[in-house]
Amino acid sequence: MNDTIQFMPVLPEIIIASMACFILVIDLYLKDSQKMISFGLTILTLIVGLVFIVSGYGQEPQLIFNGTVVVDQLSVVTKFGIVLASLLLLIYSQQYALDRKLFGGEYFVLVLLGTVGMMVLTSSSHMLTLYMGLELLSLCMYALIAMQRDSAKASEAAMKYFVLGALASGILLYGMSLFYGLTGSLQLGEISQSLASQDKQSMPLILATIFIVVGLAFKLGAVPFHMWVPDVYHGSPTSATIFIGAAPKIAAFAMVVRLLVSGFSELQIHWGDMLSLLAIASVAVGNILAIAQTNFKRMLAYSTISHMGFFLFGIVSGNEHGYGAALFYVMVYAFMSLGAFGLLMILSSKGVEVEEIEDLKGLNQTHPWLAFLMLLVMFSMAGVPPTIGFYAKLSVIQSLVSVGYYQMAIIAVLLAVIGAYYYLRIIKTVYFEDADQKRILTPQPVATFVLSTNILAVLWLMPFVGVLIDICQKAVMVLP
Amino acid sequence: MIPLSYYLILGAILFAISVVGIFLNRKNLIVILMSIELLLLAANMNFVAFSHYLQDPAGQVFVFFILTVAAAEAAIGLAILIILFRNKLSINVEDLDELKG
Repeated sequence: MNDTIQFMPVLPEIIIASMACFILVIDLYLKDSQKMISFGLTILTLIVGLVFIVSGYGQEPQLIFNGTVVVDQLSVVTKFGIVLASLLLLIYSQQYALDRKLFGGEYFVLVLLGTVGMMVLTSSSHMLTLYMGLELLSLCMYALIAMQRDSAKASEAAMKYFVLGALASGILLYGMSLFYGLTGSLQLGEISQSLASQDKQSMPLILATIFIVVGLAFKLGAVPFHMWVPDVYHGSPTSATIFIGAAPKIAAFAMVVRLLVSGFSELQIHWGDMLSLLAIASVAVGNILAIAQTNFKRMLAYSTISHMGFFLFGIVSGNEHGYGAALFYVMVYAFMSLGAFGLLMILSSKGVEVEEIEDLKGLNQTHPWLAFLMLLVMFSMAGVPPTIGFYAKLSVIQSLVSVGYYQMAIIAVLLAVIGAYYYLRIIKTVYFEDADQKRILTPQPVATFVLSTNILAVLWLMPFVGVLIDICQKAVMVLP
Repeated sequence: MIPLSYYLILGAILFAISVVGIFLNRKNLIVILMSIELLLLAANMNFVAFSHYLQDPAGQVFVFFILTVAAAEAAIGLAILIILFRNKLSINVEDLDELKG
Protein backbone atom coordinates (compact mmCIF):
# COMPACT_ATOMS: atom_id res chain seq x y z
CA MET A 1 0.00 0.00 0.00
CA ASN A 2 1.17 3.47 -0.84
CA ASP A 3 2.16 5.72 2.07
CA THR A 4 1.74 9.07 0.35
CA ILE A 5 -1.87 10.15 0.28
CA GLN A 6 -3.24 10.68 -3.18
CA PHE A 7 -5.91 13.30 -3.63
CA MET A 8 -6.15 13.47 -7.41
CA PRO A 9 -8.53 10.51 -7.91
CA VAL A 10 -11.11 12.02 -5.57
CA LEU A 11 -10.78 15.55 -6.95
CA PRO A 12 -14.45 15.70 -8.11
CA GLU A 13 -15.68 14.93 -4.57
CA ILE A 14 -13.29 17.49 -3.08
CA ILE A 15 -14.41 20.18 -5.54
CA ILE A 16 -18.11 19.59 -4.96
CA ALA A 17 -17.79 19.34 -1.16
CA SER A 18 -15.69 22.48 -0.80
CA MET A 19 -17.91 24.42 -3.21
CA ALA A 20 -20.93 23.36 -1.13
CA CYS A 21 -19.32 25.01 1.91
CA PHE A 22 -18.40 28.07 -0.16
CA ILE A 23 -21.94 28.45 -1.52
CA LEU A 24 -23.37 28.11 1.99
CA VAL A 25 -21.32 31.12 3.12
CA ILE A 26 -21.76 33.21 -0.05
CA ASP A 27 -25.50 32.69 0.13
CA LEU A 28 -25.68 34.48 3.49
CA TYR A 29 -24.66 37.72 1.81
CA LEU A 30 -27.16 37.50 -1.04
CA LYS A 31 -30.60 39.07 -1.09
CA ASP A 32 -33.58 36.95 -2.12
CA SER A 33 -33.51 38.52 -5.57
CA GLN A 34 -29.87 37.55 -6.06
CA LYS A 35 -30.29 33.82 -5.43
CA MET A 36 -29.53 33.24 -9.10
CA ILE A 37 -25.84 33.82 -8.26
CA SER A 38 -25.67 30.86 -5.90
CA PHE A 39 -27.79 28.84 -8.32
CA GLY A 40 -25.30 29.60 -11.11
CA LEU A 41 -22.38 28.67 -8.87
CA THR A 42 -24.05 25.35 -8.03
CA ILE A 43 -24.62 24.53 -11.70
CA LEU A 44 -21.02 25.51 -12.48
CA THR A 45 -19.69 23.30 -9.68
CA LEU A 46 -21.57 20.29 -10.97
CA ILE A 47 -20.38 20.91 -14.55
CA VAL A 48 -16.75 21.19 -13.39
CA GLY A 49 -17.19 18.02 -11.34
CA LEU A 50 -18.61 16.28 -14.41
CA VAL A 51 -15.59 17.32 -16.52
CA PHE A 52 -13.15 15.95 -13.92
CA ILE A 53 -15.08 12.70 -13.65
CA VAL A 54 -15.06 12.19 -17.42
CA SER A 55 -11.31 12.89 -17.56
CA GLY A 56 -10.80 9.99 -15.14
CA TYR A 57 -12.44 7.53 -17.53
CA GLY A 58 -10.35 4.61 -18.71
CA GLN A 59 -7.67 4.82 -16.02
CA GLU A 60 -6.39 1.87 -14.04
CA PRO A 61 -8.34 1.08 -10.84
CA GLN A 62 -6.76 2.76 -7.82
CA LEU A 63 -7.15 1.82 -4.18
CA ILE A 64 -6.38 4.89 -2.07
CA PHE A 65 -6.59 6.18 1.52
CA ASN A 66 -5.37 2.90 3.01
CA GLY A 67 -7.81 0.82 1.03
CA THR A 68 -10.94 2.71 2.02
CA VAL A 69 -11.69 4.32 -1.35
CA VAL A 70 -11.51 2.73 -4.77
CA VAL A 71 -11.65 4.69 -8.02
CA ASP A 72 -12.33 2.47 -11.02
CA GLN A 73 -14.47 2.28 -14.15
CA LEU A 74 -17.57 1.39 -12.17
CA SER A 75 -17.25 4.39 -9.89
CA VAL A 76 -16.53 6.70 -12.84
CA VAL A 77 -19.61 5.56 -14.77
CA THR A 78 -21.95 5.71 -11.77
CA LYS A 79 -20.56 9.08 -10.63
CA PHE A 80 -21.13 10.46 -14.11
CA GLY A 81 -24.77 9.39 -13.92
CA ILE A 82 -25.20 10.76 -10.41
CA VAL A 83 -23.72 14.20 -11.05
CA LEU A 84 -25.53 14.58 -14.37
CA ALA A 85 -28.83 13.65 -12.66
CA SER A 86 -28.23 16.23 -9.91
CA LEU A 87 -27.44 18.88 -12.51
CA LEU A 88 -30.61 18.15 -14.48
CA LEU A 89 -32.86 18.10 -11.43
CA LEU A 90 -31.62 21.53 -10.36
CA ILE A 91 -32.44 22.93 -13.79
CA TYR A 92 -35.93 21.35 -13.81
CA SER A 93 -36.84 22.38 -10.30
CA GLN A 94 -35.78 26.02 -10.57
CA GLN A 95 -39.19 27.54 -11.29
CA TYR A 96 -41.04 25.08 -9.07
CA ALA A 97 -38.81 25.79 -6.09
CA LEU A 98 -38.95 29.53 -6.71
CA ASP A 99 -42.77 29.50 -6.65
CA ARG A 100 -42.82 27.57 -3.37
CA LYS A 101 -40.11 29.61 -1.65
CA LEU A 102 -37.76 26.61 -1.53
CA PHE A 103 -35.23 28.25 -3.83
CA GLY A 104 -32.40 29.14 -1.48
CA GLY A 105 -28.83 28.36 -0.59
CA GLU A 106 -29.83 25.50 1.68
CA TYR A 107 -31.56 23.70 -1.20
CA PHE A 108 -28.43 23.86 -3.40
CA VAL A 109 -26.11 22.91 -0.55
CA LEU A 110 -28.23 19.92 0.41
CA VAL A 111 -28.31 18.71 -3.20
CA LEU A 112 -24.53 19.17 -3.53
CA LEU A 113 -23.75 17.39 -0.25
CA GLY A 114 -26.19 14.59 -1.10
CA THR A 115 -24.35 14.23 -4.41
CA VAL A 116 -21.02 13.98 -2.58
CA GLY A 117 -22.54 11.34 -0.30
CA MET A 118 -23.59 9.29 -3.32
CA MET A 119 -20.14 9.67 -4.90
CA VAL A 120 -18.44 8.47 -1.71
CA LEU A 121 -20.88 5.57 -1.60
CA THR A 122 -20.09 4.50 -5.16
CA SER A 123 -16.33 4.46 -4.63
CA SER A 124 -16.30 2.88 -1.19
CA SER A 125 -14.23 -0.25 -0.65
CA HIS A 126 -14.46 -0.22 3.13
CA MET A 127 -17.46 -0.50 5.47
CA LEU A 128 -16.62 2.88 7.01
CA THR A 129 -16.68 4.86 3.76
CA LEU A 130 -19.80 3.00 2.69
CA TYR A 131 -21.61 3.90 5.90
CA MET A 132 -20.45 7.52 5.86
CA GLY A 133 -21.50 7.99 2.24
CA LEU A 134 -24.89 6.42 2.92
CA GLU A 135 -25.52 8.61 5.95
CA LEU A 136 -24.44 11.80 4.19
CA LEU A 137 -26.92 11.01 1.42
CA SER A 138 -29.73 10.02 3.80
CA LEU A 139 -29.40 13.03 6.09
CA CYS A 140 -29.54 15.37 3.08
CA MET A 141 -32.65 13.61 1.80
CA TYR A 142 -34.49 13.90 5.14
CA ALA A 143 -33.71 17.61 5.29
CA LEU A 144 -34.71 18.20 1.66
CA ILE A 145 -38.16 16.73 2.26
CA ALA A 146 -38.69 18.69 5.46
CA MET A 147 -37.67 21.94 3.74
CA GLN A 148 -41.30 22.67 2.90
CA ARG A 149 -41.91 23.79 6.46
CA ASP A 150 -45.56 24.80 6.22
CA SER A 151 -46.77 21.55 4.70
CA ALA A 152 -48.14 18.91 7.03
CA LYS A 153 -47.79 16.30 4.30
CA ALA A 154 -44.10 17.03 3.75
CA SER A 155 -43.24 16.91 7.44
CA GLU A 156 -45.13 13.67 7.86
CA ALA A 157 -43.27 12.18 4.88
CA ALA A 158 -39.95 13.39 6.30
CA MET A 159 -40.67 11.82 9.68
CA LYS A 160 -41.69 8.48 8.17
CA TYR A 161 -38.64 8.45 5.94
CA PHE A 162 -36.38 9.43 8.81
CA VAL A 163 -37.57 6.67 11.13
CA LEU A 164 -37.45 3.91 8.52
CA GLY A 165 -34.19 5.18 7.01
CA ALA A 166 -32.52 5.25 10.41
CA LEU A 167 -33.86 1.77 11.16
CA ALA A 168 -32.38 0.55 7.86
CA SER A 169 -28.97 2.07 8.62
CA GLY A 170 -29.09 0.50 12.07
CA ILE A 171 -29.84 -2.95 10.68
CA LEU A 172 -27.12 -2.56 8.04
CA LEU A 173 -24.67 -1.46 10.72
CA TYR A 174 -25.52 -4.43 12.92
CA GLY A 175 -24.86 -6.73 9.97
CA MET A 176 -21.54 -4.96 9.37
CA SER A 177 -20.54 -5.45 13.00
CA LEU A 178 -21.25 -9.18 12.71
CA PHE A 179 -19.14 -9.40 9.57
CA TYR A 180 -16.38 -7.51 11.33
CA GLY A 181 -16.40 -10.06 14.11
CA LEU A 182 -16.52 -13.02 11.73
CA THR A 183 -13.81 -11.90 9.33
CA GLY A 184 -11.70 -9.57 11.47
CA SER A 185 -11.65 -6.79 8.91
CA LEU A 186 -13.73 -3.89 7.64
CA GLN A 187 -12.05 -3.66 4.25
CA LEU A 188 -14.24 -5.32 1.63
CA GLY A 189 -11.35 -6.95 -0.23
CA GLU A 190 -9.94 -8.46 2.96
CA ILE A 191 -13.42 -9.63 4.01
CA SER A 192 -13.76 -11.39 0.67
CA GLN A 193 -10.39 -13.15 1.17
CA SER A 194 -11.23 -14.16 4.70
CA LEU A 195 -14.63 -15.52 3.69
CA ALA A 196 -13.03 -17.77 1.07
CA SER A 197 -11.52 -19.96 3.78
CA GLN A 198 -14.64 -20.17 5.95
CA ASP A 199 -17.54 -22.59 6.12
CA LYS A 200 -20.26 -21.01 3.97
CA GLN A 201 -23.10 -22.80 5.79
CA SER A 202 -22.23 -21.52 9.27
CA MET A 203 -25.20 -19.96 11.05
CA PRO A 204 -23.55 -16.65 12.07
CA LEU A 205 -22.50 -15.95 8.47
CA ILE A 206 -26.04 -16.54 7.20
CA LEU A 207 -27.44 -14.33 9.98
CA ALA A 208 -25.02 -11.51 9.14
CA THR A 209 -25.92 -11.79 5.44
CA ILE A 210 -29.61 -11.53 6.31
CA PHE A 211 -29.00 -8.31 8.25
CA ILE A 212 -27.05 -6.77 5.37
CA VAL A 213 -29.62 -7.79 2.75
CA VAL A 214 -32.53 -6.48 4.87
CA GLY A 215 -30.72 -3.16 5.36
CA LEU A 216 -30.07 -2.86 1.62
CA ALA A 217 -33.66 -3.83 0.77
CA PHE A 218 -34.96 -1.07 3.06
CA LYS A 219 -32.76 1.48 1.32
CA LEU A 220 -33.76 0.24 -2.13
CA GLY A 221 -37.44 0.09 -1.26
CA ALA A 222 -37.80 -3.56 -2.28
CA VAL A 223 -40.89 -5.47 -1.12
CA PRO A 224 -41.52 -6.34 1.78
CA PHE A 225 -39.54 -3.32 2.99
CA HIS A 226 -41.22 -0.85 0.66
CA MET A 227 -43.84 0.77 2.90
CA TRP A 228 -42.03 4.11 3.09
CA VAL A 229 -41.66 4.62 -0.68
CA PRO A 230 -45.22 5.66 -1.66
CA ASP A 231 -45.70 7.91 1.36
CA VAL A 232 -42.39 9.67 0.84
CA TYR A 233 -42.89 10.20 -2.89
CA HIS A 234 -46.42 11.46 -2.31
CA GLY A 235 -45.74 13.75 0.64
CA SER A 236 -42.52 15.44 -0.45
CA PRO A 237 -42.46 18.54 -2.61
CA THR A 238 -41.74 17.36 -6.18
CA SER A 239 -38.37 19.14 -6.08
CA ALA A 240 -37.35 16.69 -3.34
CA THR A 241 -39.11 13.68 -4.87
CA ILE A 242 -37.07 14.09 -8.05
CA PHE A 243 -33.89 14.05 -5.96
CA ILE A 244 -34.93 10.89 -4.09
CA GLY A 245 -36.24 9.19 -7.20
CA ALA A 246 -33.32 9.46 -9.60
CA ALA A 247 -29.66 9.65 -8.58
CA PRO A 248 -29.87 7.63 -5.31
CA LYS A 249 -31.06 4.64 -7.34
CA ILE A 250 -27.73 4.63 -9.19
CA ALA A 251 -25.92 4.98 -5.85
CA ALA A 252 -28.01 2.14 -4.42
CA PHE A 253 -26.92 -0.06 -7.31
CA ALA A 254 -23.30 0.74 -6.55
CA MET A 255 -23.86 0.03 -2.84
CA VAL A 256 -25.43 -3.37 -3.54
CA VAL A 257 -22.69 -4.31 -5.97
CA ARG A 258 -19.83 -3.12 -3.78
CA LEU A 259 -21.12 -4.89 -0.68
CA LEU A 260 -22.57 -8.09 -2.04
CA VAL A 261 -20.60 -8.69 -5.21
CA SER A 262 -17.14 -7.43 -4.37
CA GLY A 263 -17.30 -7.98 -0.60
CA PHE A 264 -19.40 -11.08 -0.05
CA SER A 265 -19.01 -12.80 -3.42
CA GLU A 266 -18.31 -16.07 -1.59
CA LEU A 267 -21.79 -15.98 -0.06
CA GLN A 268 -23.63 -15.71 -3.35
CA ILE A 269 -25.55 -18.93 -2.66
CA HIS A 270 -27.22 -17.13 0.25
CA TRP A 271 -27.79 -13.59 -0.97
CA GLY A 272 -28.67 -14.75 -4.48
CA ASP A 273 -31.75 -16.57 -3.16
CA MET A 274 -32.72 -13.71 -0.87
CA LEU A 275 -32.44 -11.16 -3.68
CA SER A 276 -34.47 -13.26 -6.10
CA LEU A 277 -37.34 -13.45 -3.59
CA LEU A 278 -37.13 -9.68 -3.06
CA ALA A 279 -37.02 -9.08 -6.80
CA ILE A 280 -40.08 -11.21 -7.61
CA ALA A 281 -42.09 -9.72 -4.72
CA SER A 282 -41.13 -6.16 -5.72
CA VAL A 283 -42.05 -6.54 -9.37
CA ALA A 284 -45.35 -8.21 -8.46
CA VAL A 285 -46.46 -5.89 -5.66
CA GLY A 286 -45.19 -2.73 -7.36
CA ASN A 287 -46.92 -3.36 -10.66
CA ILE A 288 -50.21 -4.58 -9.20
CA LEU A 289 -50.65 -1.89 -6.55
CA ALA A 290 -49.73 0.86 -9.02
CA ILE A 291 -52.92 0.07 -10.95
CA ALA A 292 -55.08 1.14 -7.99
CA GLN A 293 -53.48 4.58 -7.57
CA THR A 294 -55.17 7.85 -8.44
CA ASN A 295 -52.25 10.04 -7.46
CA PHE A 296 -49.58 10.31 -10.13
CA LYS A 297 -46.66 10.57 -7.68
CA ARG A 298 -47.90 7.53 -5.74
CA MET A 299 -48.24 5.64 -8.97
CA LEU A 300 -44.65 6.51 -9.89
CA ALA A 301 -43.58 5.36 -6.41
CA TYR A 302 -45.07 1.92 -6.97
CA SER A 303 -43.52 1.88 -10.43
CA THR A 304 -40.15 2.62 -8.74
CA ILE A 305 -40.64 -0.43 -6.52
CA SER A 306 -41.24 -2.60 -9.56
CA HIS A 307 -38.22 -1.11 -11.37
CA MET A 308 -36.03 -1.80 -8.34
CA GLY A 309 -37.22 -5.41 -8.50
CA PHE A 310 -36.30 -5.52 -12.17
CA PHE A 311 -32.77 -4.31 -11.59
CA LEU A 312 -32.36 -6.86 -8.78
CA PHE A 313 -33.09 -9.55 -11.40
CA GLY A 314 -29.88 -8.47 -13.12
CA ILE A 315 -27.89 -8.86 -9.88
CA VAL A 316 -29.52 -12.23 -9.23
CA SER A 317 -28.10 -13.56 -12.52
CA GLY A 318 -24.79 -13.45 -10.70
CA ASN A 319 -22.42 -12.92 -13.62
CA GLU A 320 -20.78 -9.95 -15.32
CA HIS A 321 -23.42 -9.85 -18.02
CA GLY A 322 -26.15 -9.57 -15.38
CA TYR A 323 -24.38 -6.82 -13.41
CA GLY A 324 -23.81 -4.86 -16.62
CA ALA A 325 -27.49 -5.21 -17.55
CA ALA A 326 -28.51 -4.08 -14.05
CA LEU A 327 -26.25 -1.02 -14.27
CA PHE A 328 -27.65 -0.11 -17.68
CA TYR A 329 -31.20 -0.60 -16.38
CA VAL A 330 -30.69 1.56 -13.35
CA MET A 331 -29.05 4.37 -15.34
CA VAL A 332 -31.88 4.36 -17.89
CA TYR A 333 -34.44 4.26 -15.09
CA ALA A 334 -32.85 7.21 -13.28
CA PHE A 335 -33.08 9.40 -16.35
CA MET A 336 -36.62 8.29 -17.18
CA SER A 337 -37.80 9.17 -13.68
CA LEU A 338 -35.97 12.51 -13.93
CA GLY A 339 -38.03 13.11 -17.06
CA ALA A 340 -41.32 12.11 -15.44
CA PHE A 341 -40.87 14.23 -12.30
CA GLY A 342 -39.41 17.07 -14.36
CA LEU A 343 -42.57 17.11 -16.46
CA LEU A 344 -44.68 17.14 -13.32
CA MET A 345 -42.79 20.20 -12.06
CA ILE A 346 -43.11 22.04 -15.36
CA LEU A 347 -46.86 21.33 -15.38
CA SER A 348 -47.29 22.70 -11.87
CA SER A 349 -47.41 26.44 -11.44
CA LYS A 350 -47.65 28.90 -8.59
CA GLY A 351 -50.27 27.59 -6.15
CA VAL A 352 -51.28 24.77 -8.49
CA GLU A 353 -49.87 21.34 -7.74
CA VAL A 354 -50.28 18.82 -10.54
CA GLU A 355 -50.35 15.51 -8.67
CA GLU A 356 -53.52 13.61 -9.43
CA ILE A 357 -53.81 11.65 -12.65
CA GLU A 358 -57.09 13.59 -13.22
CA ASP A 359 -55.07 16.80 -13.47
CA LEU A 360 -53.46 15.54 -16.66
CA LYS A 361 -56.78 15.31 -18.54
CA GLY A 362 -56.75 16.90 -21.96
CA LEU A 363 -53.11 17.93 -21.78
CA ASN A 364 -52.84 17.27 -25.51
CA GLN A 365 -55.34 20.03 -26.30
CA THR A 366 -53.52 22.72 -24.36
CA HIS A 367 -49.87 21.64 -24.60
CA PRO A 368 -49.34 19.05 -27.35
CA TRP A 369 -45.54 19.06 -26.98
CA LEU A 370 -45.61 18.33 -23.23
CA ALA A 371 -48.24 15.66 -23.90
CA PHE A 372 -45.93 14.05 -26.45
CA LEU A 373 -43.06 14.08 -23.92
CA MET A 374 -45.33 12.41 -21.36
CA LEU A 375 -46.18 9.76 -23.96
CA LEU A 376 -42.49 9.05 -24.57
CA VAL A 377 -41.66 8.73 -20.84
CA MET A 378 -44.57 6.41 -20.24
CA PHE A 379 -43.73 4.25 -23.27
CA SER A 380 -40.13 4.03 -22.16
CA MET A 381 -41.04 3.10 -18.57
CA ALA A 382 -43.45 0.45 -19.84
CA GLY A 383 -40.70 -0.89 -22.09
CA VAL A 384 -42.31 -0.38 -25.47
CA PRO A 385 -39.88 -0.63 -28.42
CA PRO A 386 -38.19 1.34 -29.96
CA THR A 387 -37.61 3.32 -26.75
CA ILE A 388 -34.49 2.72 -24.68
CA GLY A 389 -36.56 1.37 -21.78
CA PHE A 390 -37.26 -1.68 -23.94
CA TYR A 391 -33.56 -2.43 -24.39
CA ALA A 392 -32.96 -2.03 -20.65
CA LYS A 393 -35.65 -4.62 -19.87
CA LEU A 394 -34.45 -6.83 -22.70
CA SER A 395 -30.86 -6.98 -21.49
CA VAL A 396 -31.92 -7.85 -17.93
CA ILE A 397 -34.19 -10.65 -19.17
CA GLN A 398 -31.45 -11.87 -21.52
CA SER A 399 -29.07 -12.16 -18.59
CA LEU A 400 -31.66 -14.18 -16.66
CA VAL A 401 -32.18 -16.53 -19.58
CA SER A 402 -28.44 -16.93 -20.17
CA VAL A 403 -27.96 -18.46 -16.72
CA GLY A 404 -31.05 -20.66 -17.03
CA TYR A 405 -33.48 -18.84 -14.71
CA TYR A 406 -36.39 -19.35 -17.12
CA GLN A 407 -39.20 -19.19 -14.57
CA MET A 408 -37.94 -15.88 -13.27
CA ALA A 409 -37.63 -14.48 -16.80
CA ILE A 410 -41.23 -15.50 -17.54
CA ILE A 411 -42.50 -13.92 -14.31
CA ALA A 412 -40.59 -10.73 -15.15
CA VAL A 413 -42.11 -10.49 -18.62
CA LEU A 414 -45.66 -11.23 -17.46
CA LEU A 415 -45.51 -8.64 -14.71
CA ALA A 416 -44.00 -6.07 -17.08
CA VAL A 417 -47.07 -6.57 -19.28
CA ILE A 418 -49.38 -5.97 -16.31
CA GLY A 419 -47.31 -2.88 -15.56
CA ALA A 420 -47.89 -1.54 -19.07
CA TYR A 421 -51.57 -1.08 -18.17
CA TYR A 422 -51.11 1.82 -15.79
CA TYR A 423 -48.55 3.58 -17.98
CA LEU A 424 -50.92 3.38 -20.95
CA ARG A 425 -53.76 4.67 -18.77
CA ILE A 426 -51.79 7.89 -18.31
CA ILE A 427 -51.43 8.22 -22.07
CA LYS A 428 -55.17 7.67 -22.45
CA THR A 429 -55.87 10.39 -19.88
CA VAL A 430 -53.53 12.80 -21.61
CA TYR A 431 -54.77 12.22 -25.15
CA PHE A 432 -58.37 11.02 -25.08
CA GLU A 433 -60.05 12.80 -22.18
CA ASP A 434 -61.26 16.38 -22.07
CA ALA A 435 -59.99 18.79 -19.50
CA ASP A 436 -62.45 20.14 -16.90
CA GLN A 437 -60.86 23.54 -17.15
CA LYS A 438 -58.13 24.75 -19.43
CA ARG A 439 -54.92 25.98 -17.82
CA ILE A 440 -52.42 27.81 -19.96
CA LEU A 441 -48.86 27.41 -18.72
CA THR A 442 -45.80 29.41 -19.62
CA PRO A 443 -43.05 26.87 -19.07
CA GLN A 444 -39.58 28.20 -18.58
CA PRO A 445 -37.78 27.88 -21.93
CA VAL A 446 -34.39 26.61 -20.67
CA ALA A 447 -35.90 23.96 -18.44
CA THR A 448 -38.29 22.87 -21.19
CA PHE A 449 -35.46 22.59 -23.70
CA VAL A 450 -33.26 20.51 -21.35
CA LEU A 451 -36.23 18.37 -20.34
CA SER A 452 -37.12 17.75 -23.99
CA THR A 453 -33.54 16.69 -24.75
CA ASN A 454 -33.59 14.42 -21.69
CA ILE A 455 -36.84 12.76 -22.66
CA LEU A 456 -36.18 12.58 -26.38
CA ALA A 457 -32.99 10.72 -25.42
CA VAL A 458 -35.15 7.62 -25.03
CA LEU A 459 -35.38 7.79 -28.82
CA TRP A 460 -32.16 9.41 -30.06
CA LEU A 461 -29.92 7.28 -27.88
CA MET A 462 -31.36 4.23 -29.60
CA PRO A 463 -28.59 3.82 -32.23
CA PHE A 464 -25.99 3.99 -29.45
CA VAL A 465 -27.59 1.37 -27.22
CA GLY A 466 -24.85 -1.11 -28.08
CA VAL A 467 -22.12 1.35 -27.10
CA LEU A 468 -23.87 2.23 -23.82
CA ILE A 469 -24.38 -1.40 -22.82
CA ASP A 470 -20.74 -1.98 -23.69
CA ILE A 471 -19.65 0.83 -21.35
CA CYS A 472 -21.76 -0.67 -18.56
CA GLN A 473 -20.34 -4.14 -19.19
CA LYS A 474 -16.78 -2.79 -19.10
CA ALA A 475 -17.55 -0.91 -15.88
CA VAL A 476 -18.59 -4.05 -14.00
CA MET A 477 -15.53 -5.98 -15.27
CA VAL A 478 -13.61 -4.55 -12.28
CA LEU A 479 -15.71 -6.68 -9.94
CA PRO A 480 -14.22 -10.03 -8.97
CA MET B 1 -12.42 -11.79 32.19
CA ILE B 2 -15.92 -11.56 30.76
CA PRO B 3 -16.32 -13.76 27.67
CA LEU B 4 -17.14 -12.22 24.29
CA SER B 5 -20.51 -13.93 24.08
CA TYR B 6 -21.87 -11.91 27.03
CA TYR B 7 -21.23 -8.67 25.16
CA LEU B 8 -22.80 -10.04 22.01
CA ILE B 9 -25.90 -11.15 23.93
CA LEU B 10 -26.16 -7.68 25.46
CA GLY B 11 -25.85 -6.17 21.98
CA ALA B 12 -28.55 -8.48 20.64
CA ILE B 13 -30.88 -7.61 23.54
CA LEU B 14 -30.37 -3.87 22.95
CA PHE B 15 -31.06 -4.41 19.24
CA ALA B 16 -34.25 -6.35 19.99
CA ILE B 17 -35.49 -3.75 22.47
CA SER B 18 -35.00 -0.94 19.98
CA VAL B 19 -36.68 -2.74 17.06
CA VAL B 20 -39.64 -3.65 19.29
CA GLY B 21 -39.70 -0.03 20.50
CA ILE B 22 -39.99 1.25 16.94
CA PHE B 23 -42.67 -1.18 15.79
CA LEU B 24 -44.88 -1.65 18.84
CA ASN B 25 -44.91 1.95 19.99
CA ARG B 26 -48.15 3.67 18.96
CA LYS B 27 -48.00 6.71 21.19
CA ASN B 28 -44.98 8.93 21.07
CA LEU B 29 -42.50 9.82 18.35
CA ILE B 30 -39.82 10.76 20.88
CA VAL B 31 -39.74 7.16 22.07
CA ILE B 32 -39.06 6.13 18.47
CA LEU B 33 -36.13 8.56 18.28
CA MET B 34 -34.78 7.06 21.50
CA SER B 35 -35.15 3.56 20.04
CA ILE B 36 -33.15 4.62 16.98
CA GLU B 37 -30.31 5.79 19.23
CA LEU B 38 -30.43 2.48 21.06
CA LEU B 39 -30.21 0.64 17.74
CA LEU B 40 -26.96 2.40 16.88
CA LEU B 41 -25.62 1.72 20.39
CA ALA B 42 -26.35 -1.98 19.94
CA ALA B 43 -24.13 -1.98 16.85
CA ASN B 44 -21.50 0.01 18.77
CA MET B 45 -21.51 -2.57 21.54
CA ASN B 46 -20.80 -5.29 18.99
CA PHE B 47 -18.03 -3.30 17.34
CA VAL B 48 -16.25 -2.55 20.60
CA ALA B 49 -16.56 -6.12 21.82
CA PHE B 50 -15.19 -7.54 18.57
CA SER B 51 -12.49 -4.90 18.43
CA HIS B 52 -11.26 -5.92 21.86
CA TYR B 53 -11.56 -9.60 21.06
CA LEU B 54 -9.64 -9.28 17.77
CA GLN B 55 -7.11 -6.79 19.25
CA ASP B 56 -7.77 -4.56 16.22
CA PRO B 57 -8.41 -0.82 16.73
CA ALA B 58 -10.40 -0.37 13.47
CA GLY B 59 -13.65 -1.34 15.18
CA GLN B 60 -13.23 1.33 17.83
CA VAL B 61 -12.49 3.96 15.19
CA PHE B 62 -15.72 2.95 13.46
CA VAL B 63 -17.58 3.46 16.76
CA PHE B 64 -16.40 7.07 16.91
CA PHE B 65 -17.76 7.68 13.45
CA ILE B 66 -21.08 6.05 14.36
CA LEU B 67 -21.39 8.19 17.49
CA THR B 68 -20.82 11.34 15.44
CA VAL B 69 -23.34 10.31 12.81
CA ALA B 70 -25.83 9.41 15.56
CA ALA B 71 -25.53 12.95 16.94
CA ALA B 72 -26.18 14.45 13.49
CA GLU B 73 -29.07 12.09 12.98
CA ALA B 74 -30.63 13.00 16.32
CA ALA B 75 -30.34 16.69 15.43
CA ILE B 76 -32.15 16.22 12.13
CA GLY B 77 -34.73 13.92 13.70
CA LEU B 78 -35.61 16.43 16.41
CA ALA B 79 -35.75 19.25 13.85
CA ILE B 80 -38.23 17.26 11.78
CA LEU B 81 -40.18 16.50 14.95
CA ILE B 82 -40.51 20.22 15.72
CA ILE B 83 -41.76 20.98 12.20
CA LEU B 84 -44.21 18.11 12.51
CA PHE B 85 -45.49 19.41 15.83
CA ARG B 86 -45.97 22.90 14.40
CA ASN B 87 -48.03 21.56 11.52
CA LYS B 88 -50.09 18.94 13.35
CA LEU B 89 -49.95 20.09 16.99
CA SER B 90 -49.30 16.48 17.97
CA ILE B 91 -46.46 13.99 18.08
CA ASN B 92 -48.72 10.99 18.41
CA VAL B 93 -47.75 8.22 15.99
CA GLU B 94 -51.41 7.52 15.23
CA ASP B 95 -51.86 11.06 13.93
CA LEU B 96 -49.42 10.40 11.09
CA ASP B 97 -52.23 9.23 8.85
CA GLU B 98 -52.52 11.83 6.12
CA LEU B 99 -50.54 9.80 3.58
CA LYS B 100 -51.95 6.42 2.72
CA GLY B 101 -53.25 4.35 -0.16
